[in-house]
Amino acid sequence: MSLINTRGLTLRHDGQIALRDVNFNIDAGEIVTIVGPNGSGKSSLLRALIGALKPAAGKITRKPGLRIGYVPQKLQIDATLPLTVRRFINLPRRQKPEAIRGALATAGVPELAERQMVDLSGGQFQRVLLARALLERPDLLILDEATQGLDQPGSAAFYRQIEAVRQDLGCAVLMVSHDLHVVMAASDRVLCLNGHVCCEGTPETVSEAPEYRALFGSGTQGALALYRHDHDHHHHHHGAACDGHHQETENA
Amino acid sequence: MLDDFILRAALAGLGVALAAAPLGCFVIWRRMAYFGDATSHAALLGVALALATDLPITAGVLLVALVMALVISTLSGRNVSADALLGVMAHSALALGLVAVSLLPGQRVDLSSYLFGEILAVTRFDLGVIWGGAVAVALLLAWRWSALLAATLNPDLAQAAGGNPRREQLILTLALAIMVAVAIKVVGALLIAAMLIIPAATARPFARTPETMAFWAMGLGAVAALGGLLASLEFDTPTGPSIVSIAAGLFALSSAFSAALPALRRRG
Repeated sequence: MSLINTRGLTLRHDGQIALRDVNFNIDAGEIVTIVGPNGSGKSSLLRALIGALKPAAGKITRKPGLRIGYVPQKLQIDATLPLTVRRFINLPRRQKPEAIRGALATAGVPELAERQMVDLSGGQFQRVLLARALLERPDLLILDEATQGLDQPGSAAFYRQIEAVRQDLGCAVLMVSHDLHVVMAASDRVLCLNGHVCCEGTPETVSEAPEYRALFGSGTQGALALYRHDHDHHHHHHGAACDGHHQETENA
Repeated sequence: MLDDFILRAALAGLGVALAAAPLGCFVIWRRMAYFGDATSHAALLGVALALATDLPITAGVLLVALVMALVISTLSGRNVSADALLGVMAHSALALGLVAVSLLPGQRVDLSSYLFGEILAVTRFDLGVIWGGAVAVALLLAWRWSALLAATLNPDLAQAAGGNPRREQLILTLALAIMVAVAIKVVGALLIAAMLIIPAATARPFARTPETMAFWAMGLGAVAALGGLLASLEFDTPTGPSIVSIAAGLFALSSAFSAALPALRRRG
């Protein structure tokens, strides 16, 4: 069965409908990327999936005993809060020292345990968040714009890390990208939101696209792909509306 | 032994300082300083309510502080420019409380004892109430410590890990109301927030984890309470303000220490 399944899910944010009528599911081991412009309901959908936002309508079904690892969009740690990486990872539950070492190593930052959270660089911080999410061996890893604030090589390295983690743990990965043009090459499916699901599909292999070369050259080692999609179509006849409007590109 | 009013005052001050310190850490980590102000200023309305209805003062203050804290946490949860809102609430609560007390018929109320506390007049019964409240606050915080920390860092993160950030917020709100109710006798409505915030802020440069910060804050709060009591006896100054003055002095030292720390490390 699916890890998470939604039927006719409608969500409100600040009294407004942020997302309507979403039928979504993710299976074990799958990598799904959600893209969409700002305010398209991406974060609302993730928050509903982790249980932080109650549906205004529709239904969310989680596989019984589902373990979710969540990497939030941003985590503002107040400078008045002293917190080592080790203590952070022990929240809210104490973890075994060897499990912490393992998770930090899997996330690519084995040496950071005693550092203060506020002293970490953007890339180190994201990897620590990832390590924390991995600790309880999640069935599903959810990342909300995890590469925001990282530069291009930093994002590419982070995506490669996610792929490595997925191969290691075999967990499903659901992530959001604020950048319509950059999604992970390894995505099994891309879900495009704009207040509703406009379209869904596999990113096809179009490695020779000039836009891709212009943006990334060949320095990302296959971690990034280009996904192009027009948002100027009308939304009342949604469903198949995007077909024929978007091109998908990917490098080989 | 508890016949000695100075000993009772010392114990009352210690009880408040020890419970206020870890609670105060959460107040500054969550940037709730104004929240503490508004809740403690509302204590005066609670005094008016208690005097008007013959309730015990502590019960009146607890009730009003709790209502105030719940109202604020509901309103600021919706993010209605929380800073300005809390500023309005804090000062309005104080003004309304002063007006309400003065309107009570046939009472000559010594306002200053409620505004600044009267720790030297603490009775054995007061002492029981103060330590009962302090222990309740300490137990609440110890019980929920990790969940509170997780919710403080990021509510969604806590939720994904199976927590309930809204419940943790309510628990902090309840702890704050209890703290206000028991501290009004010791430092008064105006200075309760100071006992929450100053020792916690003073402890920050000495700590590498949340727990060490809370313990440092407890120690510093205790030093301020006892030092302030002794100073007030020595110099015949009001005790509550003397305690807060000592706390402020410690804060200044700690800030100087933390400013000098990088230079010291370079040399060492």
